[in-house]
Amino acid sequence: MSEFLQQLINGLSLGAIYALIALGYTMVYGVLRFINFAHSDVFMVGAFIGYYVGKHLPHGTVWGGLLTMAAAMAGCAVLGMLIERLVYRPLRGGPTLNVLITAIGMSLFLEYAGQLGFGATPRAFPAVFPTKVIEYHGLIVSMNQVIVIGVAAALMVGLEFTVFRTKIGTAMRAVALNPGAAQLVGINIDVVISFTFGLGSALAGAGGVLYAVNYPSIDPLMGVVPGMKAFVAAVLGGIGNIPGAALGALILGMVETFVDGSRWSTYKDAIAFTILIAILLFRPAGLLGRMTSEKV
Amino acid sequence: MTHDTHRFPRRPLQALALAVCLALPALRAQDTIKVGEYASLTGKEASFGQSSHKGITMAFEQINAAGGVLGRKVELITEDDQTVPGQSATAAKKLIAREKVIALLGEVSSGRSLEAAPIAQANRVPMIAPAATNPKVTQVGSYIFRVCFIDPFQGTVMAKFAGGELKAHRVAVISSVSNAYSVGLAKYFREKFTADGGVIPVEQKYSEGDKDFRAQLTAVRAAGCDAVFVPGYYTEAALIVRQARELGITVPFLGGDGWVSDELLQIAGDSLNGCFYSTHFAAENNSDSVRRFVADYKARWEGETPDAFAALGYDAAGVLVDAIRRAGTTDGPRLRDALAATTHFNGATGDTTIDSNRDASKPATIIAIRDGKLAFLETVAP
Amino acid sequence: MPKHIIALVLAVLASFGLSYYSDRIDPYFLDVLTGVGINVILAVSLNLVNGYAGQFSLGHAGFMSVGAYLSAAVTILLGPRLLGADGGTSVQQGLLFLAALLAGGTAAAVAGLAVGIPSLRLKGDYLALVTLGFGEIIRVVFQNVDSLGGALGLNGIPNYTTVFWVFSFAALTIFTVTCLVRSTYGRGFLATRDDEIASEAVGLNTTRYKIVAFVVGAFFAGIAGGLYGHFKLTITPTGFDFTKSIEIVVMVILGGMGNTPGVILAAILLTILPEILRSVDQYRMVLYSLLLIALMLVRPKGLFNFDYAAIASRLWRRMAPGRS
Repeated sequence: MSEFLQQLINGLSLGAIYALIALGYTMVYGVLRFINFAHSDVFMVGAFIGYYVGKHLPHGTVWGGLLTMAAAMAGCAVLGMLIERLVYRPLRGGPTLNVLITAIGMSLFLEYAGQLGFGATPRAFPAVFPTKVIEYHGLIVSMNQVIVIGVAAALMVGLEFTVFRTKIGTAMRAVALNPGAAQLVGINIDVVISFTFGLGSALAGAGGVLYAVNYPSIDPLMGVVPGMKAFVAAVLGGIGNIPGAALGALILGMVETFVDGSRWSTYKDAIAFTILIAILLFRPAGLLGRMTSEKV
Repeated sequence: MTHDTHRFPRRPLQALALAVCLALPALRAQDTIKVGEYASLTGKEASFGQSSHKGITMAFEQINAAGGVLGRKVELITEDDQTVPGQSATAAKKLIAREKVIALLGEVSSGRSLEAAPIAQANRVPMIAPAATNPKVTQVGSYIFRVCFIDPFQGTVMAKFAGGELKAHRVAVISSVSNAYSVGLAKYFREKFTADGGVIPVEQKYSEGDKDFRAQLTAVRAAGCDAVFVPGYYTEAALIVRQARELGITVPFLGGDGWVSDELLQIAGDSLNGCFYSTHFAAENNSDSVRRFVADYKARWEGETPDAFAALGYDAAGVLVDAIRRAGTTDGPRLRDALAATTHFNGATGDTTIDSNRDASKPATIIAIRDGKLAFLETVAP
Repeated sequence: MPKHIIALVLAVLASFGLSYYSDRIDPYFLDVLTGVGINVILAVSLNLVNGYAGQFSLGHAGFMSVGAYLSAAVTILLGPRLLGADGGTSVQQGLLFLAALLAGGTAAAVAGLAVGIPSLRLKGDYLALVTLGFGEIIRVVFQNVDSLGGALGLNGIPNYTTVFWVFSFAALTIFTVTCLVRSTYGRGFLATRDDEIASEAVGLNTTRYKIVAFVVGAFFAGIAGGLYGHFKLTITPTGFDFTKSIEIVVMVILGGMGNTPGVILAAILLTILPEILRSVDQYRMVLYSLLLIALMLVRPKGLFNFDYAAIASRLWRRMAPGRS
């Protein structure tokens, strides 16, 4: 039983990290209707920003860790907005395939430029948050896991607030629903889209730092696999749906953890994709999404 | 690059000119002996490749400074395989066909050595792997050698260490599925350990690149054991040990030569206290040849302490040159025979004798980690 | 005899001739040629799926791996039994190799069917991701099949690939794709690509066209995989991952989706360029990615996307004035 509970906690913390990345995917898809392949690499950049900032801060303090995370969030927000402005905006209105290919190109560029710049060998991420281990009736939770879950939850609450209670959030939802109509009522689409990218990228940056705090070995390709899994989570929950992304990420984190501890652990990578395919076959809208019909 | 054409000469003068042109490159080639090296200089396992490269480079520099071999200097031509599967084969082909190297040095990874070995074998170019420990590598053919011990031996060493010195009766195993070295080493450990009466309560698997091992470790914790064997690369092993400590697993962790790296301690730090791993070389070893090698290496590479891969690279180069001297030629088959007859070559990694399987029967060194630092524990003879 | 069949036969004969005199050619150059041929097969077959049929597949390397593993299994396992201990004559080896390649291609085609059918309902981004997923699933499966080497990969594959096989199959691939595209199927592909709903509305069975594209594309990817395996002599599951799929996708995009001659040129260029730039190989992927982005921003139709038929006929008319 304690093993089950332990795995539950493990799954929760893994799911929380996937959620942070998945939220960025789902927000951008909601507003622009395309998969930002480069999102997973923004996540990686966040981890590296955290690495360089964290090296200069004292280890093991909460404020140090939060500062590192804030730096990563700011840096990634800028990066995300820059990418949108330079590379995606010119292609807006054109065939979505072109943007998809551009996104793939952007993702590859970040990965391989990262390998050139940072070197491909993994580095040790500094322990910016306090590393303690909390024991409770045989269950062991590391401080890092608690922080990950706590921060992720806080960020999601913040996001929900932003999207549903602020003007810019309402504008985002309007653009997601109908860009043309949104423009007609005076919403500046460029600003909204930039903001969306910035917000999503900031979350990815936070995710990157938290991920690196938990698994302190970072390298330029670290975003590829978590990114894909986060995307699967977003689709699972219903792409474009914010609570759905969180839910999907949680479920995926749990399933992966339990598979990992079982006999079938070597098929772990395939699990995420099998789930994706199954969802897309049987319930393409995802768990919380709605079926939209295509008007001709 | 000369473009040799086999056209029948029509006139004597042209024939002479052609002959001279053909002979010129051969005359030029008399100047240097070309040795090829393929290594992972960039990419995920760059730390291994860079180390062995430095060892090999230093070895040839020393040999050339002392006059070279057979009156000629050695020219090292290196190709980077970038830790990418498939590239070792291309690199080997290029070195053999284009650069016409007389021997191939590489690799530290068993998987990538296996890619290049068939090419070396087919072209009858001797290949010496510095640190590939999977037995399959030399089984490819008679031209493939190695200067390190093989995994059956390494697995046995750790199995005996676990059972004997640590008195561990139950040892769990966490190994990688996507790495030839890890799979092989786990298998040999398991065979020896269980044959000696030990029990392996659980075997968990992971993939290279994984970051989260809590699921596997939770299963290991639930099964209860006296020690855990992690025959993988340091990138994952460090994370595994770290997370194990966070989960409250306090038993010693054991590893193989894949743990060798500066990053190991950087990533896992004090979690590694009380852990052990086997390797080919320890810089703290007090024998003369080791001390000389360490001093030379530090002088050459700005104070850097050599690791096992640097030492093995150094010895691979040394064994090759020694064989060339004994054979008196760089001709493939005769060089091969001389390599096969290598006995008691004294190098940085100890006494190297090439056995009938073209493997080297070498002692293993066990490193212990205490107070966040590496400490030489003991040498285990084959 | 129709022009294109003559062209095919000539191509096969030419590659046979090239192979016959291959020992007079620098082996490294031969290797590059072999690589070019394999990439041409991959790019042209992917072009059928992505370019002509408009189904953006990111899992082509998965089909390649199926072909590679299966053909290698045939030559390694059945080889000794069918050829005998001495290895058999070169004709026997050739026949075995042909059989192995066809078996690999067929297996890949079956995989293509398995991937194509579920993907029918998906469009654009989703389809891309599902094909990516299938590619990864195939890789994980092969990593777990120990009889095919598992994670270690399969080595000891006999060196059967020669320029003859590679260029003959390249010619066959181009021939098949071109014939297919010029037939009713081709119109079906283009219709499906341009507007699926409208095509369905006029009664076209878009399902059939999509599946045919996938299956044929996968078949030739499998053949390419078999040729690749018997060329590199060692195959590992990780060698056929997403990165490999992307490399082929770049060729198709560079050449212009749906433009076979352009794609062939792109495949040739993108095989030779890395070899020339070997010294700066670490910059290769960075340059590739920038190339992709730049292409999409500046010339999304592709760099080599010209109407080669029109150019060819103009040249022909200029060389032989008076004829039409």
